[in-house]
Amino acid sequence: MQKTAAKFTVKYVQVVDEKGNVDKKLEPKLSDKELRDLYKWMVLERTFDNTAISLQREGRIGTYASSLGEEAVHVGSVFATKDTDWIFPDYREHVAFLMRNVPVKNLLLHWGGSEDGMALPEKSNIMPVCIPVGTQTLHGVGSALAMKLKNQKSATLTFIGDASTSTGDFHEGLNFAGTFVTPSVIIIRNNHWAISVPTVCHDSEWGGCQTRAETLAQKAIGYGFEGVQVDGNDVLAVYSVVKQALDKARDGKGPTLIECVTYRLGPHTTADDPTRYQDPKILKSWLEKEPLKRFQLYLKKKKLWDDKFEAAVKAEAKRIVNQGVADAEKHKPQPTDMFDFVYKNLTPNLKEQRDGWQS
Amino acid sequence: MAKLTIVEAVKDALDCEMARDSSVIVLGEDVGVDGGVFRATDGLQKKYGERRVIDTPLAESGIVGTSIGMAIQGLKPVAEIQFDGFTYPALDQLFSHAARIRNRTRGKITCPLVVRFPYGGGIRALEHHNESPETYFVHTAGLKVVIPSNPYDTKGLLIAAIRDPDPVIFMEPKRIYRAIRDEVPENAYTVEIGKANVLREGTDLTIISWGAMVRETQKAADAAAAQGVRAEVIDVRTLSPCDWDTILASVQKTGRAIIVHEAPHTLGFGAEIAARIQEKLLLYLKAPVQRVTGYDTPFPYFKLEDAYLPNPERIGKAIDQVMKF
Repeated sequence: MQKTAAKFTVKYVQVVDEKGNVDKKLEPKLSDKELRDLYKWMVLERTFDNTAISLQREGRIGTYASSLGEEAVHVGSVFATKDTDWIFPDYREHVAFLMRNVPVKNLLLHWGGSEDGMALPEKSNIMPVCIPVGTQTLHGVGSALAMKLKNQKSATLTFIGDASTSTGDFHEGLNFAGTFVTPSVIIIRNNHWAISVPTVCHDSEWGGCQTRAETLAQKAIGYGFEGVQVDGNDVLAVYSVVKQALDKARDGKGPTLIECVTYRLGPHTTADDPTRYQDPKILKSWLEKEPLKRFQLYLKKKKLWDDKFEAAVKAEAKRIVNQGVADAEKHKPQPTDMFDFVYKNLTPNLKEQRDGWQS
Repeated sequence: MAKLTIVEAVKDALDCEMARDSSVIVLGEDVGVDGGVFRATDGLQKKYGERRVIDTPLAESGIVGTSIGMAIQGLKPVAEIQFDGFTYPALDQLFSHAARIRNRTRGKITCPLVVRFPYGGGIRALEHHNESPETYFVHTAGLKVVIPSNPYDTKGLLIAAIRDPDPVIFMEPKRIYRAIRDEVPENAYTVEIGKANVLREGTDLTIISWGAMVRETQKAADAAAAQGVRAEVIDVRTLSPCDWDTILASVQKTGRAIIVHEAPHTLGFGAEIAARIQEKLLLYLKAPVQRVTGYDTPFPYFKLEDAYLPNPERIGKAIDQVMKF
């Protein structure tokens, strides 16, 4: 006897297409103000990003990871959270911090080489930048389990990159999430690249890629919960799918994995040169699909965008970012701080070393 | 007062803290229904339920990474890793995150958790079940490392570890899990993390040890006493933070020091103790500091483990050496 033991499908969601046309059935119910806010946050992230790249080139901050092209993933998903939900970023979601009331100054201190940047304000409910890829999947799931144990009606939103799906912690995290039915939403920012290695395997049988799976979303199926693929350059699609997933999580109905398909329009970091490995024609095709342009077209059709609005939004973003630059450049880290926050109280070793440093 | 073994003292400490503080959560492989492969959590799931004594999937990085997430939210996870050699898949989570979250956020977010596991050789176990990995943890800024050698300290130190504001690695000497039975108070009490214990006073030399090696050291000290050599024996108890004052005061008095541990020789914690002694006490020393340790080999399969582990005879030889120098 032979039969189909199980069968699965993976949903793909797009709300606004590349020309700004909306699928009315899927369009989320957001006010004009909320729609304009989504746009403002995306402009703020891009303005921050441009400034950070300039600062890096001038030697005023260190190596920096650009968010160019991925704004809809960050803004759409964080916009769908409640303040009591916790966010577990990796290192590209700059605007997630800003949306949680973390000043621009803190981000620039972080990228400028000071731990003081991630001394985050109370109740921002966001974890610091996480550099070891995939590891934060488990922190998001563990925190979600804690929320469930404490009977809180909140959830966690974790960001990982496409290459994180190759790590053990990603799989252990998904398995714990499925096993304990945790209120977790895990976002994969599939930007197609892990530095120089593309996500999808094509012809070669000798590596050079992360996975031979058709989608990254389908990896959730192996752990007993839903994976959804979303147009990651469509802020409304990201918002809608994440909102539904968070509502489901807070309702006790478990985790969701969401693959947001986008494209890294910049280098991996300012230390990387993508012309060594990237086909410029493909880059050009994705530039045409970039998220701000698309949302602008949508807002224009709704008469929520014009040149005057654009100028005002850009000016305000510049003002916020420039203020952050000025604040960050005034800041001087205290050398003794390197000893003082290792443990709650100084150990005898650290006391001796701290005293030695000062004398 | 009940007479308890070390493994019973572990359970007693967990029971006391779970009863006192509802944020204490025990998790790990087989800790629930089975009560742990050594029975260190026996009966706790029955008493506190499956929400507080959690059988996890078999994934050590997952257990520790999930515990970090729980600690961030204000719970007190006490994670069991089943054996010493299986802590290695979780090292990234411990080194890169648990140890650093306080510093990375300049104290705004903290990660107080306990990772406890049975460690060390001497029980005729399979490969990967005999490791003494304390050096890795002591070398990592942000972790505390605690190793009891008797039932009383086990209960007091584990309660102190659970109440500690920082992540604590709690290593239990499985070889003597059931070898000693001591009077242990029924109520909760703490033994301070950061304080060594002078187990025996002496004037001729100082022998410094921890965990299961403390018993071997005491046997060697007994044999030396029969020869008229009075050894002072120090149980370090907490390797990080380490009680240097007690160790250095003793060596200053005796002028001779031997360190005994079952971890490999090179860069074992004995190397740090020896270095400190020469930094601070060179002119007080009557003989070079000696180390009696495991060898720089993988821990051998059990036919050869007795040849590997320090024993009273090897410690006795070192005593002769420093006394005759």
